[in-house]
Amino acid sequence: MNIVVCIKQVPATTEVKINPETNTLVREGVESIINPFDMYAIEEGLRIKEKVGGIVTVLTMGPPQAETALKEAISLGCDEAVLVSDRAFAGSDTLATAYTLARSIKKIDDFDLIICGKQAIDGDTAQVGPGISEELNIPCVTYVKKIEKIEDDKICVERMMEEGYAVIQLPIPCLITVVKEINEPRLPSLRGMMKAKKAQITILNAADIAAENNRIGQVGSPTLVSKIFAPPFKGEGEMILGDVGEQVEKLVNKLKETKVI
Amino acid sequence: MSIRILEDKCTGCSLCVNSCPFGMIKVVSREEAGKYHPKYKKIAVIDAGCNLCGACEEVCPFGAIVIKKETKEQSVDLKEYKNVWVFAEQKKGKVQGVVYELLNEACRLSEQLKEKVAVVLLGEGVEKEAKKLIIHGADIVYLIEHAVLKEFQDDPYTDVLADLIRKEKPQIVLMGATTIGRSFASRIAARIHTGLTADCTGLEIDEQEKILLQTRPAFGGNIMATIKTPYHRPQMATVRHKVFKKRAPEEGKQGEIIRKIYDENLFTCRTKLLDMIEDLTQKVNIADADIIVSGGRGLGDPKNFKLVEELAQVIGGAVGASRAAVDAGWIPYSHQVGQTGRTVCPKIYIACGISGAIQHLVGMQSSDIIVAINRDSNAPIFKVATYGIEGDLFKVVPALTKKFKEISG
Amino acid sequence: MNYFLSEEQQMIKELAKKIAEEKMKPVREKYDENGEFPWEIVEALADADLCGLYIPEEYGGFGGGVLELCLCVEELCKIDGGIALCVAATALATFPLLLFGTEEQKKKFLPDIASGKKIAAFAVTEANAGSDAAGIQTTARKEGDFYILNGTKCFITNGGEAEIYVIIAMTNKGKGARGASAFIVEKDTPGFSFGKKENKMGIRASSTRELVFNECKIPKENLISREGQGFIITMKTFDASRPGVAAQALGIAAGALEDAVKYSRERIQFGRPICSFQAVQHMLADMATKVEAARALIYATARTIDNDPKARATKCSAMSKLFASDVAMEVTTNAVQVYGGYGYMREYPMEKRMRDAKITQIYEGTNQIQRDEIALALIKESARSK
Repeated sequence: MNIVVCIKQVPATTEVKINPETNTLVREGVESIINPFDMYAIEEGLRIKEKVGGIVTVLTMGPPQAETALKEAISLGCDEAVLVSDRAFAGSDTLATAYTLARSIKKIDDFDLIICGKQAIDGDTAQVGPGISEELNIPCVTYVKKIEKIEDDKICVERMMEEGYAVIQLPIPCLITVVKEINEPRLPSLRGMMKAKKAQITILNAADIAAENNRIGQVGSPTLVSKIFAPPFKGEGEMILGDVGEQVEKLVNKLKETKVI
Repeated sequence: MSIRILEDKCTGCSLCVNSCPFGMIKVVSREEAGKYHPKYKKIAVIDAGCNLCGACEEVCPFGAIVIKKETKEQSVDLKEYKNVWVFAEQKKGKVQGVVYELLNEACRLSEQLKEKVAVVLLGEGVEKEAKKLIIHGADIVYLIEHAVLKEFQDDPYTDVLADLIRKEKPQIVLMGATTIGRSFASRIAARIHTGLTADCTGLEIDEQEKILLQTRPAFGGNIMATIKTPYHRPQMATVRHKVFKKRAPEEGKQGEIIRKIYDENLFTCRTKLLDMIEDLTQKVNIADADIIVSGGRGLGDPKNFKLVEELAQVIGGAVGASRAAVDAGWIPYSHQVGQTGRTVCPKIYIACGISGAIQHLVGMQSSDIIVAINRDSNAPIFKVATYGIEGDLFKVVPALTKKFKEISG
Repeated sequence: MNYFLSEEQQMIKELAKKIAEEKMKPVREKYDENGEFPWEIVEALADADLCGLYIPEEYGGFGGGVLELCLCVEELCKIDGGIALCVAATALATFPLLLFGTEEQKKKFLPDIASGKKIAAFAVTEANAGSDAAGIQTTARKEGDFYILNGTKCFITNGGEAEIYVIIAMTNKGKGARGASAFIVEKDTPGFSFGKKENKMGIRASSTRELVFNECKIPKENLISREGQGFIITMKTFDASRPGVAAQALGIAAGALEDAVKYSRERIQFGRPICSFQAVQHMLADMATKVEAARALIYATARTIDNDPKARATKCSAMSKLFASDVAMEVTTNAVQVYGGYGYMREYPMEKRMRDAKITQIYEGTNQIQRDEIALALIKESARSK
């Protein structure tokens, strides 16, 4: 089975702050990681490969530095790595990204299953996975928490819903996005790390994937970020002092005022 | 659109580096870059991750950064697009709560635009719901009923809605940011080739341009971004449950139900819904609750969750938990609040023994009132708390429960 | 400090750190509490290819040496000094095979150890023979193509959990230490059973158990080297393994130091962090200096051994173990002091380090024995140079 896992390199969010004066991201010393949800996608791809055979290709779109994310994926056991990188992709929104990745997947050639994380922790949009499936005109199921069965021509998955889960069968080729319940990602192995060090990463640019100019980068992006700002500051909270009895008394009165309780 | 550094003007002053919200500008030596200048030793270079936001162009005192906004080929005639649509997500024939919240917002936006509110309802035997949608604000309900559309399935739903959008040309399409809504909206946007903004927390109409300004959190809530879709239609957004208030019904309000019939041969349905399993442990939908009482590592032991549960019960709240408590196996994952759990926005959030890791805070900090009970006065949770109690939760929480019991008799 | 580690050695450190942080840290308290054997961690280490660092590639290992082992053990012990023993004690039992085993023995036993499928244990100590190896009472008598083992070993690390055991037994009691021989015994061999499991002060995640041999019959191919070589094998094994114990001590000390510095910056007393008080600063400075000195000594020793594995390295090996373990005891004691009352509480991982550190001064030769060996080597060297 040919599996393509789409990943994204993101800043480790806990450290991302906005400078309240300049309204820009503070990025000093911010470490780049593979989007945590994509780690589950990689793991699921590897597990499927270990079960039914095949190869796992990991794909990302990003600046040249994103190569480190691909190498990490190789250290975990992925076989091939493709970086789609071109200045022409600058300013891509989710639609342009989905288009670019879909074009790249076509270039990769035969694929049976595409796996994405449910969303990236920097954008939190969850749009690229379904977008890719639409561009490739293949079926897609999001929020998969379990793959029940894999056959040559179809798979059966459990999609997490608000009130439980749906059991859905999809024909192959198809795309799924996965949630953290699906597995526990492995750590790299020493041999994997050695392999990653030597690994050749395929780099594709806009011409390589025969992208239409008006569908990539800023031009191909319907949405525009018009403003970025820090969330409104909540202001100093009030510490309620006194002994336990007094604290409780005061708090209950405050909460009663809200008329919610 | 493109961005360029004018080599003869750039002094390498670095002002632009700090202005870039995405950290995509570097200042390097000119020698290295092969851009010799008699006076300046350094030059700015722009990385591939640039999204042309324009922040650097504004700060550059030398006019050395130029963003060329090519007049974009308008993909559609914007004037043809009218009305604000809401997709009426239904499950088992019942329209979901978030739809009524979106309707309220749609009414507000449509008033500004002087346009109508339309709802799209797909299902089978759901006409009664269509009427209900009208008294909740819809001027038009597009009703498409078919056995294949009984429950949500990606393929036929996408076929039907995309076709309807192409024919009827709405200005704005709103959906709930639910499991279904988020996947469905993404496919529609990709098929129509238009912009979509997920998880909006604020929607406004730009007075001059008459376009939708969509505000949403990014980076786990550390940053807010306002996004617009200037040249494509419809403008699409998903909005989480509880972000907007539900619209009160207006008895006697009139509206039009427009039935659309689709030839089932035109539907594609490559996926097969085999089963729908309700999971009782997932039933606790903390995202819906007005009051949440959450417990964390400070409880020390799974059996102490009883204290949190008792308080929640007395004040009619749901039980939440921090990741630490869930990872320790004290309470199922469905209760987890935070980046990897649920994002909640109740009217009152009471955090008991939760220190407040950033991953937890981003999942609850937009709650109206936050009460923090923790023995460590330095715990980050106090920074977002409306009311803080530094103290022993084993004393404070039972006392609170007792007090509320007395009040409610 | 720059120890000029190779890229591969850096990778080992990085990977071991990752496993320690992500896999060991969440469970260290549990294993310390219940004293169960941390098989899940053995599996994690096996998956990461860290079980065979010091085993040649032809037997499925990574092809590194004592330094690679030490780097790994140090990183693991920064988080937990007990759990990491499953690897370190296996290495102790693997060295006799590596140094003295026949090709057949290596082919048979090393690949499973390298892959982490099996762990191993080395058994010298008995109720009346610890530091004094000549007092061993377990016997092995030859009968045709077999040896028959009788006796009881005690305090054996990895006992009961290991599949492969290297046992020192007397083939000729009359010859004292020169009558000892080394044998490989596999778990589930008839006549081989396990006795009491010890309830220990520290390293509680490690299994320490009695081994009981009652007419236990093993093929003669399981003899390592020749009869009478048991004592030499033991000594050379210790030469190679003591830097591992030293690395364990170093890791425990370095982890304690790291946490103590962090805590001193967070803990506020008299309106300021305690790291601003000179009394605390000087403690931290001494701790850091000793930890770094131990590290330098251990790495240099490991490199000396790896450079020529056949040469005897008793002196520097003993020095590393002696120094690092004493440093570990001192540093963990002071780290508890920096933490104050919290340091004494089980809720914080500091008192555990102090309990774990103690064993490093005792096992694989008490520190008194290490001093004996160092002194003996000094005197011999001096005599030879005359």
